[in-house]
Amino acid sequence: MSLYQRRKFVNYFNLTASILTTLFGLFFLAWIMWVLIVKGAQYIDLSVFTQITPAPGSEGGLINAIVGSLLLTVFGIVIGTPIGVMAGTFLAEYGKGYVFAPAVRFINDVLLSAPSIVIGVFVYEIMVMPMGHYSGWAGAVALAIIVIPVVVRTTENMLLLVPTQMREAAAALGAPQWKVIVLVVYKAALAGMVTGVILAMARIAGETAPLLFTALNNQFWTTNMNEPMANLPVVIFQFAMSPYEDWQHLAWAGALLITLFVLIMNISARSLLRGHK
Amino acid sequence: MSTPTNTGDASASYYERARLWGLWGDRLFKGLSVFFGLLVLLIIAGIIIMLLIGAMPALQQFGFSFLTNAEWDPVNDEYGALVPMVGTLVSALIAMLIGVPVSFGIALFLTQMAPDWIKRPVGTAIELLAAIPSIIYGMWGLFFFAPFFADHIQPWMTSNLGGIPLIGALFQGPPIGVSMFTAGVILGIMIIPFIASVMRDVFEIVPQVLKESAYGMGCTTWEVVWNVVLPYTKAGVVGGIMLGLGRALGETMAVTFVIGNAHNLTWGLFNPGNTIASTLANEFNEASGLQISSLIALGLILFIVTFIVLSLSKWMLVKLGERQEGKKT
Repeated sequence: MSLYQRRKFVNYFNLTASILTTLFGLFFLAWIMWVLIVKGAQYIDLSVFTQITPAPGSEGGLINAIVGSLLLTVFGIVIGTPIGVMAGTFLAEYGKGYVFAPAVRFINDVLLSAPSIVIGVFVYEIMVMPMGHYSGWAGAVALAIIVIPVVVRTTENMLLLVPTQMREAAAALGAPQWKVIVLVVYKAALAGMVTGVILAMARIAGETAPLLFTALNNQFWTTNMNEPMANLPVVIFQFAMSPYEDWQHLAWAGALLITLFVLIMNISARSLLRGHK
Repeated sequence: MSTPTNTGDASASYYERARLWGLWGDRLFKGLSVFFGLLVLLIIAGIIIMLLIGAMPALQQFGFSFLTNAEWDPVNDEYGALVPMVGTLVSALIAMLIGVPVSFGIALFLTQMAPDWIKRPVGTAIELLAAIPSIIYGMWGLFFFAPFFADHIQPWMTSNLGGIPLIGALFQGPPIGVSMFTAGVILGIMIIPFIASVMRDVFEIVPQVLKESAYGMGCTTWEVVWNVVLPYTKAGVVGGIMLGLGRALGETMAVTFVIGNAHNLTWGLFNPGNTIASTLANEFNEASGLQISSLIALGLILFIVTFIVLSLSKWMLVKLGERQEGKKT
């Protein structure tokens, strides 16, 4: 084989391999989605949305877990978003004047990928142990700690995209800096910031590990955030690992629900951002 | 006669009020944003401090032998971190062996080969792999991938690779599918989107001129990637790989489903095992006393290791970013 032929062969071989790896990735996405739809759809019926989680062997649904998940996600977002937005504002608007701003940026990016189970252990130590019991609030705080770095990152990125001239124009009209930021910069960056919050919501909706040691689970109906609270991820974990078939069926139904929710959130966040660009 | 003075007073007090609003508003707003910025640092400091406090009883009891002891015995209250630590590293290593080449291939396809109309949907689909919750990977892994693997791939690997000297021992174990190896493979799939999207982003920043000059000299696409794109983006590629490693080390639920939660130390990758994260998920709620402290000590080890790996990742990416900045100005 001449050098020319060998180079050509190596090229084609590697490019083909690259296409195959892409198909490999897509194949697993397709396999997982297919399994979820086939297994999940057949067990989704009205009782899933009207009855609470059953004892093994009896009829039931997932309504307490669905409501619990919604409450935990909403409170996680409500606690985490203001903190994340303000910290992101600090990095984008005031960061240049502070020596520790680069440290905040660095630590935030580390926190973004930190193991979520460790966050669960942390919240267990600061909330569950002193309070003496698992609670919805502890779960919401654990989720909020996951929300914060996501929102900080997107907020900073989106604020930095706003042209400096807009800030200068508002400042030249005599607006104090906080009004410039709140009324002009936030307004210009709103779509991007909302995207960050939606992405954070998608991220925490499926989080299981930090809830295991905080909100735990509750087989009864409750909307009291001060009690242990049922939530879809932990219920799915418990039911899927159980030997009872009807529990496993409910786990598949829950798995499909949660994945659809997360994927819809993700896709809408993307289209929101793209529509605005 | 008094009217102008009155309006003068009124407008003076109006301006004074506006000035105060601006002054105090600015102070308050700036103060709040600085405080919440600091809070991010406080959270990470708080995590480390609380983990240290929680781990203290176990660390005092066992000292450094905690790291080298392979026992995990709740009956005799003796705990060592060796088995879950090895399990975490081995499963992450298997994940990297699968995740890194596949991610590189995907990034190569998306940046150098795919036409625009394929680029966006395929790129989005790969990113959606990252959006699927970890428990879903776990359920799919336990009920579909593990049986499939045990029936079709594992026997082939055992009979074809099991006979090789030295590494043959790695491919031994019961054909049940629930094993260290399955966990590693699933982790490998889970980290693909993270590594691939970093690689894709850094491949995109290679100046067109550089690539064109290589093409102009007659390089093939592969030669351009290997000799121009990769050297230029080395730091970013390593950063992406580190990010994937950090993810693989700390991943919990998917691993907990398929690893089998067995506390043993063997060469055979097809045996059940455990990782730090899966041990925590399985035992934390039932533990008390010295066991819970040992579990928190495991969490501390995991946190420190991922912290270092993720810091290296971030540092690499910052370095590449700075070089970019330097080029522009």
